[in-house]
Amino acid sequence: MKLSRKDILGIKELSVEEITLILDTADSFLEVSTREIKKVPTLRGKSVINLFYEASTRTRTSFEIAAKRLSADTINISASTSSVVKGETLIDTAKNIEAMNPDLIVIRHSAAGAPHMLASLLRQSIINAGDGAHEHPTQALLDMMTIRSRKGRIAGLKAAIIGDIAHSRVARSNIHGLTKMGAHVVVSGPATMLPREIETLGVTACTRIDEAIKDADIIMMLRIQTEREKQNVFPSLREYAQYFSLNRKNIALAREDCIVMHPGPMNRGVEISPEIADGPHSVILDQVTNGVAVRMALLYLLTGGNS
Amino acid sequence: MEQKKVVMDAEGINRSLTRIASEILEKNKGGEELVLVGIRTGGVFLAERLKRKISGIEGKDIPFGILDITLYRDDLSTSHRKPRLGKTDIPFSLEGRKVVLVDDVLFTGRTIRAAMDALIDFGRPKSIQLAVLIDRGHRELPIRADFVGKNLPSSLWQAVSVNLTEKDGKDEVVIENNI
Repeated sequence: MKLSRKDILGIKELSVEEITLILDTADSFLEVSTREIKKVPTLRGKSVINLFYEASTRTRTSFEIAAKRLSADTINISASTSSVVKGETLIDTAKNIEAMNPDLIVIRHSAAGAPHMLASLLRQSIINAGDGAHEHPTQALLDMMTIRSRKGRIAGLKAAIIGDIAHSRVARSNIHGLTKMGAHVVVSGPATMLPREIETLGVTACTRIDEAIKDADIIMMLRIQTEREKQNVFPSLREYAQYFSLNRKNIALAREDCIVMHPGPMNRGVEISPEIADGPHSVILDQVTNGVAVRMALLYLLTGGNS
Repeated sequence: MEQKKVVMDAEGINRSLTRIASEILEKNKGGEELVLVGIRTGGVFLAERLKRKISGIEGKDIPFGILDITLYRDDLSTSHRKPRLGKTDIPFSLEGRKVVLVDDVLFTGRTIRAAMDALIDFGRPKSIQLAVLIDRGHRELPIRADFVGKNLPSSLWQAVSVNLTEKDGKDEVVIENNI
């Protein structure tokens, strides 16, 4: 079994077998980060470029740590300090990077499809680290890894995804991944944040959070993305918190052994109350730890080898 | 010429392991500071069996770890197929320990080179020794085993497989002509 693709652009195009291979490989990589010497020589001499056109701490750091623990060299380019501010187009930037012959490019961009365009133009492997409101495949993979390690399986579980479903690439990637792996996905949020045709993706939609989290095994809270919500989709953060935050009261509706997830960064007191974020159900920091392992697995599976 | 030949049966394997267990204890003057590390996959089961034998003789538990050498292979950047990565589980420091690496077949020596590089990342062992069930020759690196079950002269086109009950349902060593 091998991953026979050049790029990881989204969960939508991955098969159940490919997802399982990535998660199994990531499980094995978890151990490397617990060693005293957290480095293996696997990707010696390979270079990875992190091309970030949007703000990111967690994802960029996670990719960088993953590459470094595999002994690859990493170069970070963020749009705000690059020739992008001088007016260079994405294609020109990419062509110039390609001319320097790196092995893999990780890209985050506010435009959906930007990684796909690079993938078709460049011979290097491309990993999508988030494109607009489209997909964030590595987040969904680390979420599935966390669920598998906590629950032992994904199939047959009920997963509630709460928040701004319309603008969330995390929600979209997780919907593709979790439904493929056999979970029952329920989404909930204000009506203005639920895409009208969302049920065609194989999920159940409801406008009340209580309905969504009832008997849920997994509760995934999404961040309210003030940078993406240009028009007013809800009256105020306070009102949002009143109707759609996860708190001590409504979590009682979920299964007793439910896990609470959040892709970060959290708005404490808005979508999640602090006592839940730090409480016994929270696996939010496991997600971060597993993120490094998932990214190591992808770098390992995608790089190297001339056919 | 016969295609497939059994060169060691279950009893033979067991006798070899019993002898190796005694030799390990003799050479190390007991089980003090001793740890066994099995190389995935075949070496793991052999190391487990050696651990049981040594622990039985010494009357105390010998630490035992599992090593996957995939990340240390020297052919990763040239081969297109990525070997499936298994879990490494060495839940103790190797600092100052006498490590006995265990594998089923010693061939080119490249696996052992990778394994030694990996072990050093878990601390600085006092020594690393090598125990193998079969030494089939054809070394490509300056590596030799300290404990050998059976020396099996072989041709490069032959395949030597160590089948073990734990993974193959039966204990036997088989040599086959691979034409």
